[in-house]
Amino acid sequence: MPMNPTRKRRLTIVAVVAIAAALAISLGVYALQQNMNYLFTPSQVQSGQATQYKTFRLGGMVKAGSIQRSKDTLQVTFTVVDAGSAMPVEYTGILPDLFRDNQSVIATGHMDGARFVATEVLAKHDETYMPKELKDAMAKAHAQEKVKEAAAQDKSP
Amino acid sequence: MTPELGQLALVLAFLLAIAQGVLPLIGAWRGNRTLMAVARPAAAGQAVFVAMAFLILVWAFLHFDFSVQYVADNSNLTLPWYYRIAAVWGAHEGSLLLWILILNVWTVALAAFSHKLPEVFAARVLGVMGLVAIGFLAFIIFTSDPFGRLLPMPANGADLNPVLQDPGMTFHPPVLYMGYVGFSVAFAFSIAALLGGEVEQAWVRWARPWTNAAWGFLTLGIVAGSWWAYAELGWGGWWFWDPVENASFMPWLVGAALIHAQAITEKRGGLRAWTLLLSIFAFSLSLLGTFLVRSGVLTSVHAFASDPRRGVFILVFLAIVVGGSLLLYALRAPKVTGGKPFNILSRETALLIGNLMLATAAAMVLLGTLFPLIGDMLHLGRISVGPPYFGLLFPLLMAPIVLLLPFGPFLNWGKADGGALKQVALRAGIAAAACAIVAAFFVQGQLKAVAGVAAAVWIAVGVLLYALKRWRELPRGRRYPAEMTGMLLAHLGVAVFVIGVLLSESLSVTHDVRLAPGQHEVIAGYDFRFDGVHRTAGPNWRADQGVVTVQRDGRTVAVMHPQKRTYAREQVQTESAVDAGVFRDLYVALGEPMDTNNIEGAWALRLYYKPFIRWIWGGGLLMMLGGFVCAGDRRFRIKRIAAEAAQPTTTPQRQGSPA
Repeated sequence: MPMNPTRKRRLTIVAVVAIAAALAISLGVYALQQNMNYLFTPSQVQSGQATQYKTFRLGGMVKAGSIQRSKDTLQVTFTVVDAGSAMPVEYTGILPDLFRDNQSVIATGHMDGARFVATEVLAKHDETYMPKELKDAMAKAHAQEKVKEAAAQDKSP
Repeated sequence: MTPELGQLALVLAFLLAIAQGVLPLIGAWRGNRTLMAVARPAAAGQAVFVAMAFLILVWAFLHFDFSVQYVADNSNLTLPWYYRIAAVWGAHEGSLLLWILILNVWTVALAAFSHKLPEVFAARVLGVMGLVAIGFLAFIIFTSDPFGRLLPMPANGADLNPVLQDPGMTFHPPVLYMGYVGFSVAFAFSIAALLGGEVEQAWVRWARPWTNAAWGFLTLGIVAGSWWAYAELGWGGWWFWDPVENASFMPWLVGAALIHAQAITEKRGGLRAWTLLLSIFAFSLSLLGTFLVRSGVLTSVHAFASDPRRGVFILVFLAIVVGGSLLLYALRAPKVTGGKPFNILSRETALLIGNLMLATAAAMVLLGTLFPLIGDMLHLGRISVGPPYFGLLFPLLMAPIVLLLPFGPFLNWGKADGGALKQVALRAGIAAAACAIVAAFFVQGQLKAVAGVAAAVWIAVGVLLYALKRWRELPRGRRYPAEMTGMLLAHLGVAVFVIGVLLSESLSVTHDVRLAPGQHEVIAGYDFRFDGVHRTAGPNWRADQGVVTVQRDGRTVAVMHPQKRTYAREQVQTESAVDAGVFRDLYVALGEPMDTNNIEGAWALRLYYKPFIRWIWGGGLLMMLGGFVCAGDRRFRIKRIAAEAAQPTTTPQRQGSPA
């Protein structure tokens, strides 16, 4: 079939679009894979579900009375608890306005031994709002552990 | 009694919306002029009743009518009057009412300026606007009544969310909504064209100024939001790829593509189907934005406590709008790609590449934003997509646009002159390289900053060269028509924006430090001295206020007063202090006292030096201005309908007319 100019032009356009689409999709998938962060609660982490991820998000409540500040640096340590477990967290920097005892928080970071070293800490946005994903994850952990909610309050890390 | 009147007004508006949405469409279908004539009065009546409802809510806020649940939830006796007005759109119900009010503003404007449109077409456009209004009025009446009573009436209300108590907040939502809702006009034009079955070029010219204006508003709304986040959230960032920011950014990207696609369709007759599709997507993404913000399905700073009924309603509404319009599109879209043929080297090709990039970027943002939802549905676990995903892909997708921008206006429709393009490339390239080399000495070899300078100069020189060319070659009065000026301004805005983003991202200095009163910290040559914290109070808050004195070369540059406020219900809110400048901002925010019992002791502070950050918003404002100036072009005013009806494909051509 002879290649008339219109057909040739269309063919070029289709080829360019196809290449661009392939490139965009593969880049997109790559970037997604690199930047997906999973959310786990302390009990999920302790049951080994997070071991395959270097960086992940840890969600739970700040255990009352667990916030400890360093005397001369910005380092702070606190304990994040869910229904069944507790996890010590270390963070250097300024905590969000809403961070305090018994607040739900999400920390992004990695495990260092038994501690979780956070690079970012987010607290919930207002008094009535808890991120849905955190609520679900905590409910799930709660169901798995079959531990009464009250028990979490007494359990030490 | 008055709140019930507000409710009644909404119900009446709903009935009028049904009249406006249904009767003119039937009239247009049956050729019944009486039914078509219903559109304008129904639209006007609906606007009057919605405005009435809105004013009643404002009145209730101003007069502390806490018997209205919404007022009691979002204001109290100490809230200043200006924030009580802003509180009208400070939460879900009121912001929906604002949405509808703005939809009515657009509809009334459309009704007023469409008298010269063919009668059938105008009836269809107004009818589609009516259908959209039906959806939103039903939503507010059945799921989100702002006038619900709270009995017995409390003595005092709760409070407006403290993050919203900021001047930027009085301004950001209405402007953003002007943009979101403005895309409904382009959408209505497209649906009307599809319903009519004949997709003439003329409708695109009528739709263009509306699209440009809506896009201008959306740009301003996003700029205001970004500035607000910078000043108010206390992190010093201007963009977080937060789901709700993305929600406003997707229609913006598609809108930018639509503006350029409309230019091709209007001037050359090509890409009709694509233009129609983009109009549908721009508005659908605006609806999706509303859905994402209001349903609380995604975690975000904007998410209000969720009510599943609302989420389901918006989802169904979204499905009807998107599904219905895409079905109509599939049935009626022009099968043959019309339009004049074009060469590979032509303005059409450049605009197509730009369109493709903008649309892909919007798709990329959509994927990243919705991926947590998809992951949830597929039981992949609780996933979030980090900012680096967007940060990697977005610049890559925008790079071709930056490369093509200087050539845009120099490219002729159909077939461009390669020689002229080479000359532009050479001049802009030399200027960019020279500036990049000079800049390299100032930025300590930061590649990102050098790239920013080069890209910005590359664009700006291209724009200026074209402005110069027109100055030289055309007689006075024909040099810069509004459409052309708008385009040049918007493209210059891209250059300013690129400088702002890349320089501030690469050269910012951020220090979180612990300082005792009297201690210093030097950042980028500025000496920040912490002079301690004292207590202060405002109309409805008390605060710990820090004093930070900034000196440079022994001279005092600024005395800054960052605050940590506590509002009525013990909500804590950081108020950062910003010393603004054209070339740099100094930014101080209070973290927390090292010892909670001694606020006069040492504190954690955030100290930022942010060079060129204002250029980001400056660029955005230039883009906005471009959109508005373009929309004002006299060429878009409708005239000579009869003449155009006879020759639908001839459009006025000007030499080197802009895209």
